[in-house]
Amino acid sequence: MSRHNLKTRGHVLLMRHLQVFFYSIGQLSRSPFSLFMTSAVIGIALALPTSLHILLKNAQQLSSGWDGAAQISVFLKESVSEQQVQALQKYLRKQKEIAEVTYISRQQALEEFKAQSGFGDALKALKSNPLPSVLIVQPALAHSEPLQTEALLEKIRKDKRVEIAQLDMQWVKRLYAIMDIVRRGVVVLAALLALAVLLVVGNTIRLAIQNRRDEIVVMKLIGGTDAFIRRPFLYTGFWYGILGAMLAFFMVTLALLLLSGPVERLTALYQNSFELTRLDFSTSLTLMISGIALGLIGSWLAVGRHLREIEPA
Amino acid sequence: MIRFDNTSKRYPGGHDALSQVNFFIPPGQMAFLTGHSGAGKSTLLKLIALLERPTRGQVFVNNQNLARISRTRIPYFRRKIGIIFQDHQLLFDRTVFDNVALPLIIAGSPRREVGKRVRAALDKVGLLNKEKVYPITLSGGEQQRVGIARAVVNKPALLLADEPTGNLDPELSREIMHIFEDFSQVGVTVLVATHDLDMISRMPYRQLTLKAARLVGDTDPVETEASA
Repeated sequence: MSRHNLKTRGHVLLMRHLQVFFYSIGQLSRSPFSLFMTSAVIGIALALPTSLHILLKNAQQLSSGWDGAAQISVFLKESVSEQQVQALQKYLRKQKEIAEVTYISRQQALEEFKAQSGFGDALKALKSNPLPSVLIVQPALAHSEPLQTEALLEKIRKDKRVEIAQLDMQWVKRLYAIMDIVRRGVVVLAALLALAVLLVVGNTIRLAIQNRRDEIVVMKLIGGTDAFIRRPFLYTGFWYGILGAMLAFFMVTLALLLLSGPVERLTALYQNSFELTRLDFSTSLTLMISGIALGLIGSWLAVGRHLREIEPA
Repeated sequence: MIRFDNTSKRYPGGHDALSQVNFFIPPGQMAFLTGHSGAGKSTLLKLIALLERPTRGQVFVNNQNLARISRTRIPYFRRKIGIIFQDHQLLFDRTVFDNVALPLIIAGSPRREVGKRVRAALDKVGLLNKEKVYPITLSGGEQQRVGIARAVVNKPALLLADEPTGNLDPELSREIMHIFEDFSQVGVTVLVATHDLDMISRMPYRQLTLKAARLVGDTDPVETEASA
């Protein structure tokens, strides 16, 4: 008996929620312009941190290739002979921390420099080749942790044939540090914009409550509970949130679409094939959930504050 | 059904709206509450509907002490009484049907029952053919009848009416009063606040008179006749 009652009550509650769910969207669609305006403001506020997040993700992806590409340039002493270089190269290749060793001879280096620097004619004036022989050491992937590479670098430096050994990773580290700051900045910006969304939703709901003051009074007069009166406003907030999130989704997708052409052209110039990451599933899901949550919280705050003030007299 | 026990209401600022009022209305009785504007009629009704709380004394409705009803329980209490207002308090963006259905929707009645009961209530006030129109297109008397239909749709045992005929001509006022008499005859307790002494003097019902916050008259023609 009581179980049956509970079932009916649950059913009634579900029906009510469904009713209000559709009723609230019906109410909103009566003034599509203001619905669009509010959702668009929310959408823009949500789109900003989302697009920054996507840009960061792209930057990360682009630079993740460089992580492993941390190379050690080994400049050899001028006195080192060709045979000694070959021997060193062989020795280094045998090390398990090292994946690849490329030898650039003094002659090769000079040719390359002549071709790329544009100082070709000026270099002809030099009597001897000023460039040293270089071994480019590529650490193995399994040993590419910063500490391990440091250790390898120390090992190479100790060799008598080596003039200078340099880790070309400093700038990658700096880039990561900068990206860390940007990531923190995105979090701060997202928090600020979330607050803005709360205020926008809260204010919109406050106006809606004021516009329907008479209705609220009548509801209270004939026995509407606070929960009953609150419900349509909460659903209104829900709709604003989800529509805002959807608009943000489209804005970010459109922006990425517009950017993808030029970005591909740019990366092509760097002999790099790179595809711009679109909005992935988890980011889209987070966006939707944030939109809905902010809409609900914003309306909850507004309703909590203003509904109590309206009492029939 | 309604009992006032030495009840007083003083508004902030020191204005006495009701002062030591005592009376009892048994279940099923129909009574009028009269007096000039400002005599305290509206305040008395507000105390019964828990729109206001008394400063002193107690109010009982259906043997329930209203002081014991917490703020969150007020909605459930109000569902058991039907209230009719001078200004109807209808929602003008909804049809007559939706207006009358509102108390049932609030109480969570099943869909089938809502239609049935709304039509029964509209039938009682003679507006069955108007269920799909908006209240704004109705005359004052018709709007008041919609208000009555809404008040009785969930079959309350107590009906309160605050100047229900305030804006109506005598002909329409009589019609409205007849509707109240009909409900009284099926056992509903009815309390009507009105200053239309002319009309109620011709009706055989109990009359409570307020003057300057005090209950100064309590006449019951039925009892008077019986004792004569």
